[in-house]
Amino acid sequence: MTSHLVSAVKVGKRFGAVQALEDVTLDVEAGEVVCIIGPSGSGKTTFLRCINQLERIDSGALWLNGELTGYRRVGDALHPLSEKEIARQRRATGMVFQRFNLFPHMTALENVTEGPIQVLKQKPAEAKEAAVALLERVGLVNKASAYPTELSGGQQQRIAIARSLAMRPTLMLFDEPTSALDPELVGEVLTVMRALARSGMTMVVVTHELGFARDVSDRVVFMDEGRVVECESPDTLMSKPREARTRDFLRSILQKA
Amino acid sequence: MRGAAELSFAEEVDVARLRHVRPRHYGRIVAVIIILAFAAFVIRAFAIGRIDWSTTREFLTWPSILMGLVNTLWMSVACMAIGIVIGVLCAVARGSPNPVLRVVAIGYAWFFRGTPVILQLLIWFNLGLVFPYLGIPGLFTVRTVNVITPAIATLLGLGLNEGAYASEIMRSGMLSVDHGQYEASKAIGMSYLQSLRRIILPQAMRVVVPPLGNEFIALIKTTSLASIIGFSDVLRNAQDIYYGNAKVIELLMVAAFWYLVVVSILSVGQAVLERRFGRGFASAARR
Repeated sequence: MTSHLVSAVKVGKRFGAVQALEDVTLDVEAGEVVCIIGPSGSGKTTFLRCINQLERIDSGALWLNGELTGYRRVGDALHPLSEKEIARQRRATGMVFQRFNLFPHMTALENVTEGPIQVLKQKPAEAKEAAVALLERVGLVNKASAYPTELSGGQQQRIAIARSLAMRPTLMLFDEPTSALDPELVGEVLTVMRALARSGMTMVVVTHELGFARDVSDRVVFMDEGRVVECESPDTLMSKPREARTRDFLRSILQKA
Repeated sequence: MRGAAELSFAEEVDVARLRHVRPRHYGRIVAVIIILAFAAFVIRAFAIGRIDWSTTREFLTWPSILMGLVNTLWMSVACMAIGIVIGVLCAVARGSPNPVLRVVAIGYAWFFRGTPVILQLLIWFNLGLVFPYLGIPGLFTVRTVNVITPAIATLLGLGLNEGAYASEIMRSGMLSVDHGQYEASKAIGMSYLQSLRRIILPQAMRVVVPPLGNEFIALIKTTSLASIIGFSDVLRNAQDIYYGNAKVIELLMVAAFWYLVVVSILSVGQAVLERRFGRGFASAARR
């Protein structure tokens, strides 16, 4: 459609009686870091899951790298793509989950090489070499043969980031990557994410870390009740929020801190 | 007041040098004595009872006994393999969004768990009464009695029955795997089958191996039921011998010996499998 990396137009998603997303329109440019903040249940995680099609959207349309995701347009109708096609589109995005979701029966290294070997059909030696480089990048090359249960939460999340990067995605999605971590482990994960942002990776981050959002992101999106309330540069949104809802939310977060 | 009185001895003696007496388990000692006495009684009874142990020893490696043992073994392995394959398919079907598949899987388990396995064996063996000929009309046909031998009937009967039980075990194993694992495997672009094979089933195995081992052990013994439709398992062949020489208990002991040997070996195999699939789960806890 356009040159945006992600282009969401009037995206809607409904879970039974709950309208989780309503008319969400948002573009993300290549190389941009966008943070999404908002109260729980505001739809920010759902929106992230729609971008990589863990959820199917019910209305509107979403483009990724200029390609319509999840559907094929035939005249006035959108026909769902096959699971195989969706899996192919999904490969362009990496997803980092709140609860890490590492594969517990595999070592850190095997977690990182699993996708490249099974999905991208890389040679094991080649995948391993790339994986070691990625583990080095997240500072965990000495934990290559450790199983997830032997790692701290922060280490697990860094392995999870390496696992996503191994698929060479053009877009990285982070779903509250530090919310499940002990406070003293948050910093190491944010450090890795900062370095990733500096390297030019396009990132969409759902987070409650306002400090991180202010430092790293190009734009901050505030969502509430399934809608984008405002979308500004971090300084503007945090120091001069336009909407009352944004002000209330920021105040409630800052009070806790 | 009382607390003060108990604390007061700290002034009289050197607390650090007090000896801690280990608790005595009198109940255990009594239990050991009773059990040993009972075991001695049983062993003595069999030793002086009217069992000709030399006959048992003689028939332990009798050709038809060993042949029966081989039959019991391959039948158990084959039925278990059929059971696991059907079990995985049914477990996947139960979790499918397709209602037709779900109903088929539920109906299958309902039928095969709902009737005695001996009855199922008899139905398979007598299939020729319902369908005298099998095949695709016009292409090929065969007489049912020629196809459904005792071995085939046992394979179908026990295999399909085992599938119904294994499906519930596999289902519980797959349910035990966190939903985040499906999502993480999807997120790295895996197809559903890849995710099942590489991520979900290996983790389900950890939960599934103990009950499946249980099923396998039960199955080895259930193959003896197939003797009623003429399958020559170890028990059936032992019986055939004692019909001739009237050494009933001696030959039953031969069969008992071999069942115990096989089950013991299996228990070791199960422990190995459990360790294999427990990788990444137990390792941290054990250290």
